Amino acid sequence: MNKIIKYVLLDIVKSKIVIAYTLFLLLLSIGLFTLGGSADKGILSLLNLVLLTVPLISIVFATTHFYNSYEFMELLVAQPINRKKIFLSEYLGVAFSLSGAFILGVGVPVLLFGGGLTGLYLLLTGVFITFIFVGMAFLASVSTRDKAKGIGIALLLWFYFALIYDGLVLFILYVFADYPLEYATLAMTALNPIDLGRIIVLLNLDVSALMGYTGALYKSIFGSLLGVGAAFGLLLLWVLLPVLSSRRIFSRRDL
Amino acid sequence: MCKSYGKLQVLRHVSVEFSRGNVIAVIGPNGAGKTTLSKAILGMVLPDSGDIRIDGESVLKKYAYRSQIGYMPQIGQYPENMKIRQVLQMIRDIRKDVQEVDEELIGLYGLKEMYEKRMGALSGGTRQKVSAALAFLFDPQVLILDEPTAGLDPIAAEILKGKILKEKKKGKLIIITSHIMSEIEEVADEVLCMVDGQVKFYETIPELKAQTQESRLSRAVAKIMNEEA
Repeated sequence: MNKIIKYVLLDIVKSKIVIAYTLFLLLLSIGLFTLGGSADKGILSLLNLVLLTVPLISIVFATTHFYNSYEFMELLVAQPINRKKIFLSEYLGVAFSLSGAFILGVGVPVLLFGGGLTGLYLLLTGVFITFIFVGMAFLASVSTRDKAKGIGIALLLWFYFALIYDGLVLFILYVFADYPLEYATLAMTALNPIDLGRIIVLLNLDVSALMGYTGALYKSIFGSLLGVGAAFGLLLLWVLLPVLSSRRIFSRRDL
Repeated sequence: MCKSYGKLQVLRHVSVEFSRGNVIAVIGPNGAGKTTLSKAILGMVLPDSGDIRIDGESVLKKYAYRSQIGYMPQIGQYPENMKIRQVLQMIRDIRKDVQEVDEELIGLYGLKEMYEKRMGALSGGTRQKVSAALAFLFDPQVLILDEPTAGLDPIAAEILKGKILKEKKKGKLIIITSHIMSEIEEVADEVLCMVDGQVKFYETIPELKAQTQESRLSRAVAKIMNEEA
């Protein structure tokens, strides 16, 4: 399996898109840190941009990569290798290379400009988000053989989690404004990995005071180590869910 | 064994047994299910019902058995930006457990001289040569060749036929799908004819000729097909 990952990684590095992605993140983070003044402000603006671009790039890149690797996978399935291994190697190869780019592109500036614990949370969140959206991309890819359709599904997933979902939550909050919604919003947050990641980082900045009662509740829950652990646990679930289901589909279908 | 793609039934209760030391030619009109049959043996296509056994053991949902099989696809798909050398090296790297490799075809086809060419830049025939070299590379006990000579030049096809006969003498099972009757007559012992996903007949070549009283295989097959129609 390690060998297959090695070849997937080699293939990805050769395509140079990952290198461009690293440079993009590097420029973005250095720019925001020097513009923002304080490290906290830099991290805050970085967080918002990261939560928008990292899912998008991960999901689009992983989907196109999956379809472009069809030949490679076809070559391998005729060999005595478990299909699940082929699939996982593809997944890990893509996820590793993208999170490597993220750690280099965002981690180095965070370290240089003194991000502290919040910076570490931002990095962890980014890596989790990468793994989650690569998983979703693979789920979209195994559900159809049509490349255009697959990328369409992937983009829709990104659209839903990055934009539509927040709109829905706001709508619900607005309609049911007369009721106590603290725990409901908490549950709704857990249903979107991007929101989950945002809250993990936000609550470690001092801006949570601006978020009113819900913010106070979140602070009391996510502020503790246990709460942060639970949040990362949820993110891990978000990784496993698409990966395991797409692996199942992949091992049971015709090639 | 049965298999359908949606509503289209590709294999309908196909049940056959092949034994070692034979070259079996699978023939039949386009879309009769020949490729699906070979892909099913390889586990690339999963049958809806039925079983596939090699040496009495079911191979469904298994993978280790594929070390015994060399497969040459009808249309070889390879990563476009890998060079011939890289593809061969990669497969060999993945199959490190195999000590002895059979590089005869790589030599005969002069693939070493083209090692640095990208797979995407190769002609269909050269790709076929790479496929053939890969299929024979690990000295497998079973060979599945899907229209092996389609696209090969006459010299390359001759080399391949020679190789097939040579491997047959070693007691291997070789399954070939083909449309070229003269070629089948040269290398095959038995003919499995499929029509619409069903086995039409499965006979040895001498038997077929005796039954139809024809001296040429193509005529014999045509005669049987016409009789049924």
